[in-house]
Amino acid sequence: MTMNAVEGAGPRPRRVGLFVTCLVDIMRPTVGFAAVKLLEDAGCTVVVPAQTCCGQPAYNSGDRATAARLARQAITAFEDCDHVVVPSGSCGGMLIRHYPELFAGEPEMAAKAERFASKTHELVSFLTDVLGVERVTVRFDGTVAYHDSCSSLRELGVKAQPRRLLASVEGLSLVELDEAETCCGFGGLFAAKYGELSNAIVSRKADDIRKAAAGTVLAGDLGCLLNIAGKLQRAGSAVEARHVAEVLAGMADGPAIGEPQKGAGR
Amino acid sequence: MTAVATTPRFKANVHEALTDVRLQGAMTFARNFAGRRAAAAERLPEFEALRDSARAIKDHTLAHLDLYLEAYERKVVESGGHVHFAEDAEAARKIVVGLCKGLGAKSVTKGKSMISEEIGLNAAIEAAGIEAVETDLGEYIIQLRHETPSHIIAPAIHVTARDVEQDFRKAHRELPPERDLSRPEQLLGEARGVLRAKFLAADAGITGANFLIAETGASVIVTNEGNGDLTQILPRAHIVIASIEKIVPTLEDAAQLLRVLARSATGQDASVYTTFSTGPRRAGDPDGPSEYHVVLLDNGRSAMLGGEFEDMLRCIRCGACMNHCPVYQAVGGHAYGWVYPGPMGAVLTPSLIGVAEGGQLPNASTFCGRCEEVCPVRIPLPKMMRHWREREFARGLSPAPQRFGLGAWAFFAARPALYRFATGLAARALHLAGRRKGRFASAPLAGGWTRYRDLAAPQGATFQSRWRAKNGAVK
Ligand code: SF4
Repeated sequence: MTMNAVEGAGPRPRRVGLFVTCLVDIMRPTVGFAAVKLLEDAGCTVVVPAQTCCGQPAYNSGDRATAARLARQAITAFEDCDHVVVPSGSCGGMLIRHYPELFAGEPEMAAKAERFASKTHELVSFLTDVLGVERVTVRFDGTVAYHDSCSSLRELGVKAQPRRLLASVEGLSLVELDEAETCCGFGGLFAAKYGELSNAIVSRKADDIRKAAAGTVLAGDLGCLLNIAGKLQRAGSAVEARHVAEVLAGMADGPAIGEPQKGAGR
Repeated sequence: MTAVATTPRFKANVHEALTDVRLQGAMTFARNFAGRRAAAAERLPEFEALRDSARAIKDHTLAHLDLYLEAYERKVVESGGHVHFAEDAEAARKIVVGLCKGLGAKSVTKGKSMISEEIGLNAAIEAAGIEAVETDLGEYIIQLRHETPSHIIAPAIHVTARDVEQDFRKAHRELPPERDLSRPEQLLGEARGVLRAKFLAADAGITGANFLIAETGASVIVTNEGNGDLTQILPRAHIVIASIEKIVPTLEDAAQLLRVLARSATGQDASVYTTFSTGPRRAGDPDGPSEYHVVLLDNGRSAMLGGEFEDMLRCIRCGACMNHCPVYQAVGGHAYGWVYPGPMGAVLTPSLIGVAEGGQLPNASTFCGRCEEVCPVRIPLPKMMRHWREREFARGLSPAPQRFGLGAWAFFAARPALYRFATGLAARALHLAGRRKGRFASAPLAGGWTRYRDLAAPQGATFQSRWRAKNGAVK
């Protein structure tokens, strides 16, 4: 492990629980390891309590009871962590903004959810806003567009933070999308339930990305990224999609999302 | 109730809208609103604070709505007007048609009113043998086209200038066929000329209201064309139709709300005309109607008071939520299938026509939250849509495959060890299947996804299993 991949870190909390999210857990573990690396480089001790899903699919489908059950499970699992860090804006929004709403009639649990929410952070904003990380010392050669996931942007106020860290990546030049703040059309189950509508929205996003002439599109949410990558690939575009943590951790040398492993052949 | 809702066929409507090349061309215009609103908000440093006070004014009013309605009624009566309460659409139609008949009206002019659309007023007036003429340009156009508004402030936003030219040539047969209508000003000039005669001939003028002021008994309309003024001043009677939540306590409150309304709607600092009307013409007034009526419509609104959807009653119908909505921008307003489109329609429609008919709309959202971000009265629209989903779920109205899928998923998610085992198995299997290409072009049970985009294959073992292999189970 490089000792100085992250510079300028401020006072360091001890024990950080990584809430890896189901999508990263199942689809793209690299993002989880990139998060671990960024956190460890900034001086944190990272733990990964046994975990499943934050409950967002249930919550957004109107199944509050299941969402509350999973919330309780997560809150307990991370009880002995100083901080909980999540490499996703939408799961972060669930943990931070919506968990407290789930226990309206249970003051004790509501207070627990509030405490849990206040120690929980989206990954990149945790690095910058809590740990005081100002730059990373990694290289990524290419032109990159950053897509703001809706929850990061609107529920958690993440906008400048990833751009600031990306600006410190050597060899990387950042371009802005015309409609950086417009939804990609993922919306969890929405993408499958309203496939045609979701497609119309992500098609516009893909057009916007192509127009920006970026070689890589980054975001802080794997859900958006699977959607955007899937559309770009279906449309025959060569633009690659990665989680922003992969680039910041210097772990973007493996295949991009939906690309074959080296040696696996096309 | 008005025209039959096509909301239950929302998905088919979406398909039609997305494959309608003409509509897709016209809808690019709708995307201009967002930038204009942002610029207007930027120009006014106190804009965010104004939004807070706008919300507070509406919340206060809703908490004391009965008192303010009474106060308003008193003021209208004092100024010589009449107030009629209508519990539902049918009652409102009866009252208005009755008033028109009582006047012996042959023709009425109309200012833009979404309440008129909600209650299906034009059809009722015409069924009584009275001509109803929409005087807002957008409304006039869609009336000629026998359509409904596709946007609450820009009703004909789905229509192109070329469409309008054709409609005008068809409708205005008395005008020389060789006239030039290639420029928007020419279309505007022609509509103005045709409507002038209608204004002068009308026996009654019907307008909506942006606000009703309890303190003074005034109704307020904002327009950009001035058509509302001619509608309410020239005929013998002015009939205002408005829903009960349009009440605000004072003139000062209305002024505050006006400051956020136009900026949120079109990005203008103020609309071109803001017109107050208070009762019939008084002795000494140079003009004005001799009769003044207000029809106050409930139509399900009082049932929303005190409940999960009360916040929705703060809505001042600015249209910002739809202007910023990725779904609305993709399909336009008609796909929503009833009167109110966009996020506000997705919340309001099930309230007003029932969740069985309107339930699709609150489901068809990505919860991107941009509507709430721009709503001048800070209505938590995504949260309200989620409330509808919760009601549907609680009543077992959500589609069976969705319930089953979620149930199976929840079963595993509530059992971490089992979850690790199952996801580990699935991730490996999918990885092996998709390894060569890195992704799938089709996948069982994921047709809604893979029909339109590729699906990335998992990288192999899950994060949690890799982590455990490296660090043991404790960490
Ligand atoms: S919900 Fe808010 S943004 Fe939408 S029309 Fe009403 S006031 Fe405007």
